[in-house]
Amino acid sequence: MSETTSRIIKIATKKRYKNKYHWTDYFSYFYLFLGVLLMFGPVVWLGLSSLKTLAGIQEYPPTILPLSQIQVDVEGYDKPLPIFNVTQEDGSVKQLAQIKRIGINAKMVDPLNPGETVKVPIDKREKIREFKIQWQNYVDPLRKYDFLLYFKNSTFITVVATIITLIINSMAAYALSIYEFRGKNFALVFVIGTLLIPLTIILVPVFYVVANFGMINSLWGVILPGAATPTGVFLLRQYMLTLPRELIEAARMDHASEWAIYWRVVLPLSIPAIAVLAIFSIMWRWNDFLWPLIVLSKSEVYTLQIGLNAFHGELTSQWNYVLSMTMVTLLPIAIIFAYLQKFITTGIASTGMK
Amino acid sequence: MHAIDLIMWPIQKIIGVRNMPYIFLLPNLIFFGLFVIIPLGANFFFSLSSGDELLFAERELPTTKQYDQLFDCESYLNPNTCTEDFFWRGVYNTIFFVVFQVGLMIFFSVLTAVILNKKIIGRGFFRSVFFFPVLLSPVVVGLIWQWILLKNGAFNAIIESYGGDKVSFLTDPSWAMASVIFVSIWAHMGFYTLIVLAGLQAIPPNLYEAAEMDGTSRERIFFRITLPLLMPNLLVVFILASIKGVQTFDEIYVLTGGGPGTSTSLIVQYIFTTGFASSGSVQNFGLAAAASMVLGVVLLFLTLMQLYFSRNKESKHQEI
Repeated sequence: MSETTSRIIKIATKKRYKNKYHWTDYFSYFYLFLGVLLMFGPVVWLGLSSLKTLAGIQEYPPTILPLSQIQVDVEGYDKPLPIFNVTQEDGSVKQLAQIKRIGINAKMVDPLNPGETVKVPIDKREKIREFKIQWQNYVDPLRKYDFLLYFKNSTFITVVATIITLIINSMAAYALSIYEFRGKNFALVFVIGTLLIPLTIILVPVFYVVANFGMINSLWGVILPGAATPTGVFLLRQYMLTLPRELIEAARMDHASEWAIYWRVVLPLSIPAIAVLAIFSIMWRWNDFLWPLIVLSKSEVYTLQIGLNAFHGELTSQWNYVLSMTMVTLLPIAIIFAYLQKFITTGIASTGMK
Repeated sequence: MHAIDLIMWPIQKIIGVRNMPYIFLLPNLIFFGLFVIIPLGANFFFSLSSGDELLFAERELPTTKQYDQLFDCESYLNPNTCTEDFFWRGVYNTIFFVVFQVGLMIFFSVLTAVILNKKIIGRGFFRSVFFFPVLLSPVVVGLIWQWILLKNGAFNAIIESYGGDKVSFLTDPSWAMASVIFVSIWAHMGFYTLIVLAGLQAIPPNLYEAAEMDGTSRERIFFRITLPLLMPNLLVVFILASIKGVQTFDEIYVLTGGGPGTSTSLIVQYIFTTGFASSGSVQNFGLAAAASMVLGVVLLFLTLMQLYFSRNKESKHQEI
């Protein structure tokens, strides 16, 4: 180990206990290193591989970078042929294109002299690779398949559902935090009660309600059932309870209507809590799977999640497209996370919701 | 004045300020009523009626047929003797899944949180790395891992490079459940790590200072201070994770589809397949609703436990 690295390690493992390293210090860094590999590795690996050619993805053992074997067009052959470095009997190396592999031999042809073919033992050849980014993986599915439409559907659901959720939940939170009225406790218990009933146990009857409204295979059938969230009401209510009452009294003195107090006074002051709920709602909606899977069965209303799953189910071998579209699906959330990381983590830690 | 106020102002004039909160509550209550309360009642109805129709009028009432069918077993310990063997396999798979997923996940969450709570370089970076998978959708998680765990995938390449044999992680019945548990822990661990971390940071630092002053060993500090003070927090995490675990469906659906055979089918998979999967022979809404009720009872029990314990915790710490 070089001196600099050992110095870096010394600084990194700066000890709390006099001059002794505790075994937990070593263990911690080892654990974190493994953790980064395991937690982040798959996503990095996905990103890199989504830029490979299909052949590059199917290669085993896989290469880390998007390297792909160079292929050339040879006269007299329909498909482009992969080229190899072949070690000749006299020790020199020659570039040959492979026509096909037969057992331990490969039938090969010199691209410069397409007339004659040679037989080469497979252990005498070595693939020639180049660094090549396959942007087609991203372009093709958007053009040839309906992924652009799925993207639009997902965006529509996410935006509209989040707006509805914010408005109706903040209205309820406003009523439950600012006013005293008969039945308030009942309403509070009612809202808490709905916390106890997750969607998984009422799948059939919610489907029935949605079907009655004729919203099967409609984006509204996905948006409406989850629009009112008890966690959202509570998050906003907790925040609104801390607002100074004098402001509301002052507005009332000025003959502001109750709606104007809600819309002009309370809502602008609650922006921090509303932002947290907005981020959560966006994540819930973008990532939602089970309910859209039940409501949406026609491909023109698929969301990105459903479309991606269906696409993978139909074309299992098209991993290049599946990987690139998986990247497209996770990217918006990853970008939001990169910018609002603090917001999200403190939001979760203080509300315990996900 | 904007458009909505033009409607709200006359309403306020007519019903009076005192009744305005009801107007504000109304939209939310309508949504809750339509999509939670009515369905809950309807679920009883569906589970107690039979027929292939979704319309109320066309179903036969009342009948305990669904429950009879669901619980028709010679021996409850052996799913093969049940009429609805798929349901009972789901029950046992769910129990197995929850025990290992929750147990291991809490173990690793605590370990990770304790390490992230130390004074280490790049703490923020490591924290986000462990948290990041939580934000990925089940489809993304399922597809990434399905691809990595392929027979010719990256995981097997690593195993082979260390001289091991290839494993069919997702298609070998004896491996599928383990793989599914692993992926599920990978996807959700960050969330619980974050909650445990918040719990760790709530432990008063002067306790540690006093212990250090006395020259207490770190192992002892962990077992005598950290762990006992973390316990109320862990209890809530444990129940929360169980509630989520029992309802697991989507990652597994994408990853293995509940297979091979029924080896990774959980209860929600049963409800989904029985009630909705279009490829199945008959969609049996009644049976799916009855199974939902059984799941609901389990969840109700867990949720009441959660409310009880978090209330205890609140009265002790006066926070959150």
